Amino acid sequence: MTFHSPTRWADALAVRAEHPQAVPIAGGTDAMVELNSGRRRPDRLLDLSRIAEVSGWDTDGGTVRAGAGITHTAIVAQLAESAPALAQAASTVGSPQIRNRATLGGNIATASPAGDTLPTLLACGAAVELHSVGGARTVALADFVTGPKRTQLAPDELIAAVLFPAATGPQHFSKVGVRAAMIIAVCSFAVALFPDRRSVGTGIGAAAPTPRAAVEAQDFAAEVLPWDSLGHLDPAVAGYFGDLVAKAADPIDDVRGTAQYRRHALAVIARRALIWAWDDLRGAVPCG
Amino acid sequence: MRVTATVNGRVHSAEGVRPTESLLDLLREHLHLPGAKNACEQGECGSCTVYLDGETVCACLVAAGQAEGREVVTVEGIGGGRSSSLQEAFLTCGAVQCGFCTPGLLVSAHALLARCPQPDDRQIREALSGNLCRCTGYEKIIEAVRMVAEGGSR
Ligand SMILES: Cc1cc2nc3c(=O)[nH]c(=O)nc-3n(C[C@H](O)[C@H](O)[C@H](O)COP(=O)(O)OP(=O)(O)OC[C@H]3O[C@@H](n4cnc5c(N)ncnc54)[C@H](O)[C@@H]3O)c2cc1C
Ligand code: FES
Ligand code: FES
Repeated sequence: MTFHSPTRWADALAVRAEHPQAVPIAGGTDAMVELNSGRRRPDRLLDLSRIAEVSGWDTDGGTVRAGAGITHTAIVAQLAESAPALAQAASTVGSPQIRNRATLGGNIATASPAGDTLPTLLACGAAVELHSVGGARTVALADFVTGPKRTQLAPDELIAAVLFPAATGPQHFSKVGVRAAMIIAVCSFAVALFPDRRSVGTGIGAAAPTPRAAVEAQDFAAEVLPWDSLGHLDPAVAGYFGDLVAKAADPIDDVRGTAQYRRHALAVIARRALIWAWDDLRGAVPCG
Repeated sequence: MRVTATVNGRVHSAEGVRPTESLLDLLREHLHLPGAKNACEQGECGSCTVYLDGETVCACLVAAGQAEGREVVTVEGIGGGRSSSLQEAFLTCGAVQCGFCTPGLLVSAHALLARCPQPDDRQIREALSGNLCRCTGYEKIIEAVRMVAEGGSR
């Protein structure tokens, strides 16, 4: 049983290549739960928490590159402007103690249908940057997550970063749960408006085997929103948008809620999120 | 393996730590500091809350090896050896019943007051949202934090 604790990314990739069965551990808020409960008994751990190279973020203006090791606390404090929905989602994850440790890379690698950052990243059209000793590849997040807790990550790869366009308009994240803190989403929804290219992004959480975009809904909204006049949003448009989002979901019945409830709740939160985002956009423009 | 960390201002070393053990195991089983409590080992209850390099964490979710060379402060350390005014306020307000949750709540409340000396009730509730208490119903705990905030000292 070995504990690898590299301080350089290249060394972490080398360990990963040599010992693909070693379990990477970043914030440990998913991995340690599995170890403590005995569900997983690895013979090697690969600690990623000392690697400064992947724990920050930068931007060239248009694109944000967030390192896999950035914590949810840092996302809330530092990315609220360039990724408002992501920051809103991060602020709902667990508790202060969890957010201080839990990383963005860990949330993506876990690939839970209810992973809270995922719908917001899908709404922005995010991509995941994967590294191995052999090189790097970039995969759309929508393709990276292939099923509940399943991803395309190869045994010799690690998630290095997440890439997404910086916000150019309002974004909203809504999460349905029985209390405000420490809650796995019953369902969740993110919307992102990009007025510069007149596009709308969406992400549905906890209502399908993987988080997914509501493509028909976002195309519809992009088409009919009054981008030129920035006029009032027709309530019928918002309502139809909500219905299309609910239609895009593929929920199940479980202890947290029924499929029927999830569909209903999604239609409601999606309708509201679009109204709020559109009102924010109108408010942000003088004489809207 | 061997793990060395600064705990409550003193350098401690432990031999024979298994790599899958947690910081909580390191503190309780190897360093004999039983202040941080072990209740769920799932990050749900917060009774194991400690500072790691100045940030509150659930010690049960940190691998012991991740604490190597780091600075840990437990409930035993937050009063600086004496019981702090926060600890006194918990007693005065009746915020302690069975006491199992108390060490974690003290560390979370300590962190809140360090960051935000005059929190409102919403901020107190948010800061303590990762700490469960089965006995008090939370009101006395919130009252104790409020008392220290108003008194202006920790
Ligand atoms: C009490 C509690 C409450 C929670 N609440 C929420 C919540 O509200 N919403 C939510 O979405 N999640 C929640 N979680 C789950 C968890 O906190 C998140 O999924 C978190 O983002 C995981 O990040 P981590 O750094 O702790 O991951 P770790 O536990 O370190 O790792 C998770 C998985 O990802 C792998 N991994 C980590 N980093 C990399 C990398 N760079 N490359 C490849 N693989 C990697 C690990 O091998 C492991 O399989 C909660 C967990 C707990 C214990
Ligand atoms: S024992 Fe760590 S959170 Fe419960
Ligand atoms: S006093 Fe008993 S759990 Fe809080």
